[in-house]
Amino acid sequence: MKIEQAPPQLNRRAFIKKVLKGSVTGSLLLIYPMGGGDALDMLQPSTMPDMPEQIPGIRGKAYNIHERKFAFIVDITRCIGCGSCCVADKREYNVPDGYYRTWVERYIKDFDDQVYVDCPNGGLDGYQKPREDIDVQVRDTFFVPKLCNMCKETPCTQVCPVGATFTTPDGFVLMDSDRCVGCGYCIQACPYSSRFLNPVTHTAEKCTWCYHRVRKGLLPACVEVCPTGARKFGSLKDETSEVYKILKGPGVLTVLKEAMGTWPALYYLGARLEVI
Amino acid sequence: MSGFHEGSAMLLSNFVLPNDLHVHWSMMIVLYPYITGLVDGAFIIAALYYLFDIKTLKPVARFSLLFALAFLCCATIPLLLHLGRPERNFNMLLTPNPSSAMAGFGYIYAVSMGVLGFIVLFVYREDLVRLKQQSRGMMKLIYRLLTFDCDDLSPKAMALNERLIKILVGLGIPVAAVLHGYVGFIFGGVKANPTWSTPLMPVIFLFSACVSGISAIVLAYIVIRKLTGKAIDGPCIITCIKTLTGFFILAFSFEMLEVFSHSYLKSGYHHMVEGLLNGPLAASFWLWQVKICSGIPLVLLGVMAFIKLSQTRYNLLAAGVSAILLLQVFIMRWNVVIGGQLMSKSARGYTVFHPEWLDKEGILSVIVVMIIPFVILFVLGKIFPFWSDDRGESID
Repeated sequence: MKIEQAPPQLNRRAFIKKVLKGSVTGSLLLIYPMGGGDALDMLQPSTMPDMPEQIPGIRGKAYNIHERKFAFIVDITRCIGCGSCCVADKREYNVPDGYYRTWVERYIKDFDDQVYVDCPNGGLDGYQKPREDIDVQVRDTFFVPKLCNMCKETPCTQVCPVGATFTTPDGFVLMDSDRCVGCGYCIQACPYSSRFLNPVTHTAEKCTWCYHRVRKGLLPACVEVCPTGARKFGSLKDETSEVYKILKGPGVLTVLKEAMGTWPALYYLGARLEVI
Repeated sequence: MSGFHEGSAMLLSNFVLPNDLHVHWSMMIVLYPYITGLVDGAFIIAALYYLFDIKTLKPVARFSLLFALAFLCCATIPLLLHLGRPERNFNMLLTPNPSSAMAGFGYIYAVSMGVLGFIVLFVYREDLVRLKQQSRGMMKLIYRLLTFDCDDLSPKAMALNERLIKILVGLGIPVAAVLHGYVGFIFGGVKANPTWSTPLMPVIFLFSACVSGISAIVLAYIVIRKLTGKAIDGPCIITCIKTLTGFFILAFSFEMLEVFSHSYLKSGYHHMVEGLLNGPLAASFWLWQVKICSGIPLVLLGVMAFIKLSQTRYNLLAAGVSAILLLQVFIMRWNVVIGGQLMSKSARGYTVFHPEWLDKEGILSVIVVMIIPFVILFVLGKIFPFWSDDRGESID
C-alpha cells in the first residue's frame, strides 16, 4: 500500500518571517547582557552563590591559609593536545602574544628512539595536524602540558632581590607586580621556564594556579576547561578529592627535573622518560 | 639504536621552550660586569702601589684610582637601562630580600663608591690643597669642598694621611673583590643554567676583571701619554705587563678548566654545553675568545717575558696585547651572559640573539654607556691631575 505524504506547507512569506525573527532574536541574545558574563563579576561574593563550588570546603568557611595544601596533577595519558587549557589561560589573564603561563608540548617518538618535540604558539591553536617537517615512522605521540611547578624549594623566590615573588603559606608561588623591578633574575632561576617578562607591564609574570579562583572555591581555569580531565587540581586536606586519591594511591607519579631539588607540587602521571 | 639521552639525538628536534625564545639578559648585562671588572682591575694596580709598595707602579697609581672612580660612577647605568621598572630600583635597598644575592648590590656598590671616593681624596690631598690655593671662583669652591676646607699639610697630618690611605686601600681590596666576585656569583648561583652554575664563576670573573682593568690602565696610560707628548715610564709598563701576564694565565686557565670539567665529568646537560660551544658559540668562543683573543696575547706576553725588546717595541706590544685582552674579556662576558641564555631549559635546543641598534639595551646604548666614563674621566682630570709629573715631580 502506498503511503502518500502530505506536501510540505511551504509558504515563502512565512519562511522569510521565521528567518527574520530568528536573526533578530539571535542578534539580541548576542548583545543582551546575560548576567555573569564578566569574569570579574562572576567572582564577586554577591554573585558567588550562582557558581557551583568546584573545590569543596572553601566557601562559607574561614580560609585558614596555614592549614590548606593543594596539588596539581597532569595526566599525560589523557591529554589530547586540544589547547583548550592554553586558550582559557590566555583569556583569564590576557597573556600577551608570544608569552605563556601554560603551554602544551607535543612529543613524537620514532622507532629509533629519536624524540621530536615541538610547541607551536604554545599549543594555543591545538594540535590539529600532524608534524609535516619530519619524515619518520612515528612509534608514539603524546602531549605534555606545562605550567608553574609551585616548587617548595623555590629558586625564583630565593633570587628575587626585592621579595616581589613569594610563597604563600598554602603553597602558592605568587608575584606582586607592584613591587617587581623587572630585573629578570627569577626568569633565569626558574628551571622550568615558567616565567616571562610581560612586555606591557615590564614585570615578571607566571602561572598562579589561578589562586584568585581557588580562594573562591573554583578550579583553575585550565583545569575547568580540560575536556579529558588531564589536568587535575584539588585539596590534599580533602580525602575525597581526586588528587588526594591519586597522590596517596599506588600509581607512579613523577616531577619534572627532580635533580634540581625544587620539590614541585606539580606531579605528572604517565610521564615518559623523555619528558624534561 | 641511539638512546633518548644521547646528545646528538636530542638536539635534532631543536626544541626551545616557548618562554626561552626571548633572551632576557642582553647587552647591558654584558656591559655591567665588564665595567665593574675594569674598576676592579684598575683598583688592583693602585693597591699594588699604595698597599704593597710596588714603587714602579707610581706613574699609573693615581690615574688608576681616577679611572676606577670614573667607571664605578657608571656601573649602575647598564643596570638601570636593563630594569623593566627602573623607577623602582631603590626597592633593592629599601626592601631587600636577604636570600637573594642580587639584593646585596646596592650596599656593596655604595661601600665601594665610598671607599674609592675617600681613597682618591686622601691620595690627592696634597695636590688639592695646593690647587685650592692657586685657583679662584668656582674651582676654589670645589677644592674647598674636596679638602674639607682644611689646608693642614704638616708632617703629622701627612703621616696620618698616609696611614689612612693604607687602611682604606686595605679595606678596598676585599670590597673590590666582593663587588666583582659577587657579580660572578649572580651567574654562578643559577642552578637552572648549566653553563652558569659553577663555583668557578666568581673566580673566573675576578681574574678576568683584573685582566681587563690592568689592560685598560696600560692602554690608557700609553695612549694618553703619547697623545699629550709625555714620556712613557718603561719600568712601570713592564711591571704592569708582568702583573697582567700572571692574572691572564690564571683567568684563562680557569676559563678552560670550566669547559674541561663539563666535558670530562659529563654531568647533566653536558651535551647541551658542548653543543652550545660547538654550535651557536663556535665563532665567539673558540675562534674569538680562545684562539684569537687568548692565543695571540699568550704568545705576545711570552715574547715580552722571554725576549729582550727595546722599550719602544715593548710599549707597542704592551698596548697591542692590552687592546686584545680588553676585547677578550668583553667577548668572555658576552659568551657567559648571552651565550648561557641561548641554551633552552628544554635541554633540546638553542635560541638565537639578534642585537638591535636603537633599543634601550641596543648597540647604540652600549656605545653611549661606554663613552660616559671617559667623559667623567676627562672632567675628573680637570680637577685631579692624572700624573705625578704634572706638578713637576719626576716619575720614577
